[in-house]
Amino acid sequence: MFRGLGKLTWLEIRIFLREPLGAFGSIVFPVLVFLLVGRWWNDVRSPGIAATGTVLRVELPVFVAVLIPLTGVLSLVTIISIYREGGILRRLRATPLRPQTILTAHVLAKLALTLLTLGLLVVAGKRYYPIPIDVPLFSFVLAMLVSTCSILSMGFLIASLVPTARFAQPIGAAILYPMLGLCGLFVPLRSLPPPLHAVARAIPLTYAVSLLEGIWKGEPWRAHLGDVAALAAVFAMCTALSAKVFRWE
Amino acid sequence: MGASGAPRSVIQVRGIHKAYGATVAVADVSFEVNEGEIFGLIGPNGAGKTTTMECVEGVRRPDRGTISILGLDPFRDVYTLQNRIGVQLQQAQLQKRVKVREAVDLWASLYTKTVDGDRLLEQLGLEGKRNAWFMTLSGGQKQRLFIALALINDPEVVFLDELTTGLDPQARRAIWELVRGIRERGKTVLMTTHLMEEAERLCDRVAIIERGKIIDIGTPEELVRRHCPARTVVLATESALAEERLRALRSMETVTRQQTRYTIEGRGEDFVSEVIQCLSENRIRVTEFRTEEPNLEDVFLQLTGHSIRD
Repeated sequence: MFRGLGKLTWLEIRIFLREPLGAFGSIVFPVLVFLLVGRWWNDVRSPGIAATGTVLRVELPVFVAVLIPLTGVLSLVTIISIYREGGILRRLRATPLRPQTILTAHVLAKLALTLLTLGLLVVAGKRYYPIPIDVPLFSFVLAMLVSTCSILSMGFLIASLVPTARFAQPIGAAILYPMLGLCGLFVPLRSLPPPLHAVARAIPLTYAVSLLEGIWKGEPWRAHLGDVAALAAVFAMCTALSAKVFRWE
Repeated sequence: MGASGAPRSVIQVRGIHKAYGATVAVADVSFEVNEGEIFGLIGPNGAGKTTTMECVEGVRRPDRGTISILGLDPFRDVYTLQNRIGVQLQQAQLQKRVKVREAVDLWASLYTKTVDGDRLLEQLGLEGKRNAWFMTLSGGQKQRLFIALALINDPEVVFLDELTTGLDPQARRAIWELVRGIRERGKTVLMTTHLMEEAERLCDRVAIIERGKIIDIGTPEELVRRHCPARTVVLATESALAEERLRALRSMETVTRQQTRYTIEGRGEDFVSEVIQCLSENRIRVTEFRTEEPNLEDVFLQLTGHSIRD
């Protein structure tokens, strides 16, 4: 079923790095910005402001854990639609490659590059943003994996359907950005008006944010079984549906 | 090759029908392809050639009708089938920055049985381009790469869709040579083309498709004989006798004259030798003599009432 996955993933990584600005834009640039901002932050920060410390300690990691797969979704949607429009998917269709393999390869390629960037950020930023030692790092990584799979599966579905590259970015953004606003990442769910509560509960991101925040704060997994179940359901539904509706051209 | 006895048929298409909304792309198409032959679906753009072919490849499902290829149902057994066929698609592309060698490697990893990719590239004249990006290849090189990808799994049946469209004549001839090479390896080829010259040069048998229907099937020679039996002789002579004697020929149909040049149309296999005999018996001295053979293009015009180039 996943014949060719490893080859295709490795190939897509290499192809991506050959793009003009590919390596620079996705790896070097974020690290540079991070370091510059960090240096500036270090200079202006006064030890008296405790609030910034919380922001960095709780919100930032969750923020990163949600935003990275989201940008992954956007780039997945765009790249698949470019492949569709260019007739590349047409050519791949006539081989034993399956749509899931193609989508998964792109996701893995994207994740690999993201992990590389993240790793560099952590190493480069150790001086400015020390990681608190009391954080359940292993659990958080696991939670991140669960939410990432779920978020990317929405990308599978959108990428399977978007007709042309021109629409890929706007459609992806139109679906994802409202989700971002309502998932509790920026505005706590408690302070949303009641009608929006129902909407928020229908958004997969809400469960991802709840899970990631909880685990980061040290809450046990059993307090978040509902979140995990919701994310798993989203993943199962979206991947199954995308395999059914995948458009090759 | 059906050297002894009847040729074995590897593709049977019976009464397939495919419509997109109100547009009927393929209407009741039936044909068979024999092992080891190059079979051409020919007709103008939009006639339904590609749709027909994609149904046989298992990429599209016909609304009605049955297809059997290598004893398989192309839609139900598509994954088994894809291992045993090679496909080149019209207007397909690869990733801009994929290297030739990488594309061949990827394809090779997808099949259970493969041939040596490096040798294949060598045979197709691409050994110097192994590390070139796809986007830097010329049209002919891209098509040769696509042929390589279609052959990487040592397929039993090869599908070629509008293989030489957009290529210059020189590249086209080179590709024709390669396709003959595919047949020599004992493979069956199903191809589409709207170029009648290509069909005549390459195909053992052709099916003429127009508006989703097959109008006739046969070898190019058969089709010409069947639908365009007329032969034309053009000659130039100063002889005063010529017109009268030529008009007296048994299989002559029309004679038109422009000063010293005569165009004589007739019917039947013997027509040309009759003209030659008449010229020599009457000692008519000619300064120019040529015959015009009808070709598939004329057959198409005859069958449909319009030129394939329209």
